[in-house]
Amino acid sequence: MTRVPIRDVQDVQEAVQTHPRLLSVGGGSKPALSSPLISPSGSSPDDTPVTLLDVSALRGVVEYDPGEFTFTAGAATPVAEISAMLAERNQYLPFDPPFAARGATLGGTVATGLAGSMQYRFGGVRDFLIGARFVDGRGQLIRGGGKVVKNAAGFDLPRLMVGSLGRLGILTEVTFKVFPAPAATATVYAEFPSLELALEALIRLTRSRFDLEALDLVPGSLMISEGSISEEEPRTQEGSVPGESRTEGRPASGATLLARIGGVADGLPARQRQVAEFLTGGNQSGASAPPVSVSPVLVSTSGTPDHDVTHWAAMAEMNWCPEGWSLYRVPVTPARVAALDRSWSAEGAIRRYTSGAQTAWVAWPGEESQLNRLLRAAGLGALRVDGPPSRQPWIGTIPGGPFLERITSALDPDNRFDLPGIWPRADVSHG
Amino acid sequence: MTRALSSSLSGLRQLFPPDRILTTPARMAVYGSDALAALNQLPGAVVIPETATEVVETVRFCHRNGIPFVARGSGTSLSGGSLPVAEGVVIALNRLNHILRLDPDERIAVVEPGVVNLAVSRAAEPFGLYYAPDPSSQAVCTIGGNVAFNSGGAHCLKYGMTGNHVLGMELLLPDGTVTEVGGDSRDSVGPDLNGFFVGSEGLFGIALKTTLRLLPIPALYRTILGAYDSLEAAGDAVTAVIASGLLPGAMEIMDRLAIKAAEVGARAGYPLNAAALLIVELEGEARTVEADFTRLVEVIRTSGAREIRVANNADERARIWKGRKSAFSAVGRLSPDYIVQDGVVPRGRLGEALVGIERLSRIHGLEVANVFHAGDGNLHPLILYDGRVPGGLERAEELAGEIIALCVELGGSITGEHGVGIEKLAHMPKMFGPAELACMEQLRAAVDPERIANRGKMLPGGLS
Repeated sequence: MTRVPIRDVQDVQEAVQTHPRLLSVGGGSKPALSSPLISPSGSSPDDTPVTLLDVSALRGVVEYDPGEFTFTAGAATPVAEISAMLAERNQYLPFDPPFAARGATLGGTVATGLAGSMQYRFGGVRDFLIGARFVDGRGQLIRGGGKVVKNAAGFDLPRLMVGSLGRLGILTEVTFKVFPAPAATATVYAEFPSLELALEALIRLTRSRFDLEALDLVPGSLMISEGSISEEEPRTQEGSVPGESRTEGRPASGATLLARIGGVADGLPARQRQVAEFLTGGNQSGASAPPVSVSPVLVSTSGTPDHDVTHWAAMAEMNWCPEGWSLYRVPVTPARVAALDRSWSAEGAIRRYTSGAQTAWVAWPGEESQLNRLLRAAGLGALRVDGPPSRQPWIGTIPGGPFLERITSALDPDNRFDLPGIWPRADVSHG
Repeated sequence: MTRALSSSLSGLRQLFPPDRILTTPARMAVYGSDALAALNQLPGAVVIPETATEVVETVRFCHRNGIPFVARGSGTSLSGGSLPVAEGVVIALNRLNHILRLDPDERIAVVEPGVVNLAVSRAAEPFGLYYAPDPSSQAVCTIGGNVAFNSGGAHCLKYGMTGNHVLGMELLLPDGTVTEVGGDSRDSVGPDLNGFFVGSEGLFGIALKTTLRLLPIPALYRTILGAYDSLEAAGDAVTAVIASGLLPGAMEIMDRLAIKAAEVGARAGYPLNAAALLIVELEGEARTVEADFTRLVEVIRTSGAREIRVANNADERARIWKGRKSAFSAVGRLSPDYIVQDGVVPRGRLGEALVGIERLSRIHGLEVANVFHAGDGNLHPLILYDGRVPGGLERAEELAGEIIALCVELGGSITGEHGVGIEKLAHMPKMFGPAELACMEQLRAAVDPERIANRGKMLPGGLS
């Protein structure tokens, strides 16, 4: 397989016009997605040789005006670089892009559509991407969206790029909306005797009037004790299952809710107490939802600010997923989590439910076919985010349908970005 | 009516009882235009389906016979988005007005296209939830139209527009294919087809069902109104609020003429001698909002406001908003006709844009009232004119075009939330180059090869 480094956007356009099949690679932080799409022989299934387009030269901030709440940067700009730049002006990317420490880029984040726990507050990648330049399958440079936060002119091409895995075009430049960052953050931990009870409390919290930055659900127990909360080991040895380690005498089937709040530092302790009281069925102030019927066995608001930061930063790197396991991201809803969790847990998977149990992260130890079967039975699809190379990025119900097929045929008529397992190529000709 | 349409009308008549298919000018008159009242066009027929199946059959009929169709809700488009096509069929979706499912635990509502925007929030209210996008016409405009035009409102800065609140849809493509995109989850895998369909102005077909995300009603709103001696001072105050690190739910500015209109139309009780009013609203958890509001009041106090009013209860808040929300219709009392423009500029260039609009207004000898979403740089200049004066509309349109060009020059957009429709067709090439326009046309042709869905809107030409 050929690896072609490009210097600028013109190079990308030229490459698209001269190579029959291409895959663009930026930071290489998600090899499960940037390598598996190609067979070991370096060809696509129809034996067309695949060219790896190394776009890492397309980096750097083009424009950042804190007063506009926007910035524009090359697609291969590392997320970490952007976060540092924004932090200097007390701003942030509210959708919490994962894998920044590994070198994830803005373009890769858009192409995979990945967002972290903090998307609970204001939404995911699609809610903050306002402009995108990309090279389509004809080699045309297309400028979608704009640099203003509100724009309704023409088709929303940037949105189409979110989660497209390079199948619809090669991103060269992106423009994001950003927000002022919360001045300080804190977390409330609540451990419940069962996942079902934790889910019930989670649903009440999502209906309440608390402004939470994040709301995660971790099956099993974090080791909470007065004054300190010790995390599970980030990487475990063979045999022990991270996230399921528990303190003496706690029920094995328990689950822990993590609710993060943010704002002026002075107000945080009182707000933490309000959330805790809501969970224990005490003071219902600030709540519009019905009270929680079963109290958690243990609530802790005593984690230090440092602890809060460390926990959520580790969460964004998915450090809880054991080395060598495959990690999948599955869109879910709270009502479905209990049944799904039982079936995944029975197979030895490790699970995390983020953004109010709208996203399931599943670390899978065994054969992918088994998870594929379970997902199909549930009518769900999953993106394989991390792990050893495999043949396809998606399992379960693969996104597609006639609307996407037609869009694909328009943006990539010669199937230059058609790599195995992406989605069915559009053979139908229209018009 | 051409023979092609009249001969195929008999086929359409088989799908609808006589009272739900309109073909005479008198009965179709009300469908001849939308909120862009200056344009009027009678269609070949209007059908009034009551079920999704009837909509599907109508679109399939149109596709088989090559007849253009325009889907329509309450007709509140300010860009002529639902203007009929001569010899085409208007599909009036107002009777598909059922909320099919409202699940408070999942915080979603699944609705038909004819459901009125405000009806979603009303239905969700008993559960402590609401639907965030709040266009000024929310008491009548429908979700189908909101989806087609990615409608916004006063609270977009923090919570986004319609596209940010659609989780899934059942789509009827222009050839009659029914397909689903998205789902019930706030998360998704694969390209964001929801986001791509929203705002496509009917060119990709009709959303038969839409799954909307609902949010908890904020515990507390705090609203402040500042009166200023100049528009510039009000604009500087917006910059100061942003610089302070606050994230208001809404920031709105009205100029002298708009204030006068709101007073005449809604008796809002605004300070009448001000050159500009700024409304800023915070919402969220009580403790946070109170702390932030103290900071906000300080920012506004030091921003040179000549008068400050703070809403101390829900009534006072409603009164502040009443004037703002009724400003468009109130302007109707000051002038026989008006055009609403919808350009966007970077927030930092609002001042330049307003000075430019004032200059253009003088040159053209037409009054312009300004009401705008200052938080996201979305201007709404209202160009006052008299349509009875020969050439009156043309002069107003010329001014509107120059204002749009100014917005693009300043790095903005020709439309923030009203859409291109038919009104801004000519301005698309100011915003996009030939490659982008060709790309959009190719997308449209791939989805709708015969170009029967809302023909003549958004895209200025054929394949280039």
